[in-house]
Amino acid sequence: MAKLILHKLCKDYGTGKPAVNDVSLDIREGGFLALLGPSGCGKTTVLRMIAGFETPSDGSILLGERVLADASGVIPPEKRNMAMVFQSYALWPHMTVADNVGYPLKVRGISGERHREKVSDALKAVRLEAYAGRRPADLSGGQRQRVALARCLVTAPDVVLLDEPLANLDRHLRQEMEETFREFHARSGATMIYVTHDQAEAMALATDVAVMSEGRLLQVAAPAEIYARPEGRLVGGLIGQGAILALPERGAVRRDLGWDEILTRLVDRVPGGTRMDVLVRPQDVVLGGEGLPAEVEGVLFEGERYALRLTLGDGQKLRAYSRVACTEGERVTVRINAGWRL
Amino acid sequence: MPHFLAKANSQPRWLFPFVVTFVACLCVLPLARLVGAGISSILSGKALALVLEPSVWSAAVNTLTTSFFGMIAAVLIGGLFALALTLADVRGKWLLSFLFMLPTMIPPQVQALAWVGMSGPSSPLLKALGIAPAMGSPQPLYSVGGIALLYGVQHAPLVYLSLRAGLLALPRDGIEAAKLAGASPFRVLKDIILPLSLPGIIAGAAIAFVSGVGNFGIPAILGLPAQIYTLPTLIYSRLASFGGNTFGDIAVLSAMIGLMAVAGLQIQERALRGRDYRVIGLSGASATFRLGRWRPALEAFLWLLLFVMLIAPMAALVSASLVPAYGVVLSLKTASFSAYEEILFRQTVTRTAFGNSIFLAGTTALGLLVIGVLAGYTLTRGASRWTGLLSAMIEIPYALPGIVISVAFVLVFAAPLPFLGVTIYGTIWIILAAYFASFLAVGLKPVVSALRQLDPALEEAARLSGAGFYRRLFDIIVPLIAPAAGASVILVFLISCNELTVSALLWSAGTQTLGVAIYNLDDSGSYDLASALSVLVVLMVVVLMLLLELMAARLPKGVVPWRN
Repeated sequence: MAKLILHKLCKDYGTGKPAVNDVSLDIREGGFLALLGPSGCGKTTVLRMIAGFETPSDGSILLGERVLADASGVIPPEKRNMAMVFQSYALWPHMTVADNVGYPLKVRGISGERHREKVSDALKAVRLEAYAGRRPADLSGGQRQRVALARCLVTAPDVVLLDEPLANLDRHLRQEMEETFREFHARSGATMIYVTHDQAEAMALATDVAVMSEGRLLQVAAPAEIYARPEGRLVGGLIGQGAILALPERGAVRRDLGWDEILTRLVDRVPGGTRMDVLVRPQDVVLGGEGLPAEVEGVLFEGERYALRLTLGDGQKLRAYSRVACTEGERVTVRINAGWRL
Repeated sequence: MPHFLAKANSQPRWLFPFVVTFVACLCVLPLARLVGAGISSILSGKALALVLEPSVWSAAVNTLTTSFFGMIAAVLIGGLFALALTLADVRGKWLLSFLFMLPTMIPPQVQALAWVGMSGPSSPLLKALGIAPAMGSPQPLYSVGGIALLYGVQHAPLVYLSLRAGLLALPRDGIEAAKLAGASPFRVLKDIILPLSLPGIIAGAAIAFVSGVGNFGIPAILGLPAQIYTLPTLIYSRLASFGGNTFGDIAVLSAMIGLMAVAGLQIQERALRGRDYRVIGLSGASATFRLGRWRPALEAFLWLLLFVMLIAPMAALVSASLVPAYGVVLSLKTASFSAYEEILFRQTVTRTAFGNSIFLAGTTALGLLVIGVLAGYTLTRGASRWTGLLSAMIEIPYALPGIVISVAFVLVFAAPLPFLGVTIYGTIWIILAAYFASFLAVGLKPVVSALRQLDPALEEAARLSGAGFYRRLFDIIVPLIAPAAGASVILVFLISCNELTVSALLWSAGTQTLGVAIYNLDDSGSYDLASALSVLVVLMVVVLMLLLELMAARLPKGVVPWRN
């Protein structure tokens, strides 16, 4: 196992706009990277190039010292020692669960007692020992998903790729599967790359999150880092909850803004001058006490709290949480404890 | 540089060149020779004179009309049977689908003869019903409408097979989801099933149309007595009155047929565009609709259709084989098995014909299975720039009538093979080669449509598991397309076993096929012997089908096309 390196990766299908444009990314050994972005942003194409199903138009992919793809040629998927969980699971309907899971072993020429042992270990890890003789058609969605995982587990792949594996599952199963993925990652020690459009999923599972949009890589960082310090409007809008305020720049140096800096810029009505985008998380907005006037525009009860949509005096939107119920149209005062300049 | 051989494709290097070479040698080379003959005819000005002949134009119009209406009839009949037997809770499905498959296995000229026997003034059936036309009145089937009707009967099972394969691949949960969404059975049919099975219907209609354009047996029997020519029978009659410019003439005539077929397939391609419904995930469990009080009515209608399409004509054929001369009324006194005795024990010609046909059909079916899987894989997984061309190369010989293939093969193989110095003309191998060319498209279609419907992720998962091309082929692809491959083998075997038009021109002493034997017997006026041999052919086909039935429990689901 080694570091997986994407170097200036491009993929152009000849449609005029490249699907993947100049993506460079280092994925550390044993890391769990989530490729996050809206649908059509090129994240699945990146995944398929890593797997070897697509040939890059430009750039290279390396696994440690080994070149998987570059201008001179590519290593086919069957020689890459990778494994993948497909969105449609891609279980072979004519084979039993045990045959599906054991197929990579069969291809590698492992048979007999060792084969049986490894298959049963893999099935045990996903708690499906009792289903070994069934066909995929007789399983539920979550069970099929776990069979697909067991198939990845059975060999020791260098890289495990997951293509929106939870998209077809219900919320309860998702949480259970997230657990299973984490276990799987800890157990296998493989480098994992996880494609998703669900930021909550990405944050919960990954050790690193890479955000893509329109074929370009916008930012790569650990979940907490990318949440606290997103780069640019796109990432700020995509990761976590929050509102983006446009404030006059006026020589601000720091990117962390406190209440005083935000307040002076909010009350300052001087027109013109360059403006900056400031991300305000809802938990940094405190209601009541001394502060700016705002109007409640919408209230959503989320169980443990109320999520509010507020409008400031100058028409800018803000999000906040409240422990007590509010009504629409209510006038409140807000204090913004922190903001992040995007 | 060429992307289709990029290593990411992981096809063996030989695959694409092999498929292209094979297809080029069998499909393109003979036809190129024929086109050459046609061009020299055009250059000499004889082609223009030919095209200006009114008989040529009326033959072209007849070909289009009969094929088009035959296609409509085939889609209606085949579509009805496919929907009823795949999706509805009709009783006796096994027998119904088994009998429905029979008309396509019966050689067209035999079918036409049986229908003529059934519907003419001396028809025992019509006489019994009291609606037989008066003696001496014209036979109603000797018309454009009659030819189209028999095309419909003959080709309906092709539509049935094509549509049924699509229906069986429909996701059951999709249909159940629609039912639960509150859609009535009719709405489910209209909104879910028909749109999803449209590729199957379109493909089936295209096969029916192209088969009609290329059909020789039916217009030969029904059209020639009434001076109604289609292009294939016109070519045949031009060949019969062989003259100095015959090869040039039929080259031009077959070019016209080629254009018609290509136009039909272009329409199919256009209609199929944007309808690549790959079935995601699992399918296979077919849904069922309860018909309730409509069931007896539908069942009665299906059986009535089968009676007219199959049972009555076959009864006429059997009775003709049992009477000593055409027109003699069959009774216990007049019935005799002398015709069977004659063809089975006295005539070695017919026994040789059985052996030849089974050898040719078996070799063609199995050979084309191998080629079909490889070519189908290349077509569906290869580079888009070349696959259209390859597909067209495969399609064209099938679209052309067997007689054109035969002439093309005669032109190419009359001289000894280059480098080898061996001539295959006059041997059974020239027929085999022509069969490979003629039926490549028949064998390929079910395989290609199965490969199209296969979720590509299934193969990709195998690649990541480390399986190379051959491994994937045998472990994943072949088992998953086995039903379609089985259908393809059966189709090719049955069609080539009953084939007349190719072998009619390529046979010589000792290499006659069953079709040739039947035709020669009928041509020489031995209608009883021809009928008896036809009955035996039908029996042999039925026995083979029953044999498959017995094996069916060991075969993957869906291999035997008429089984549920």
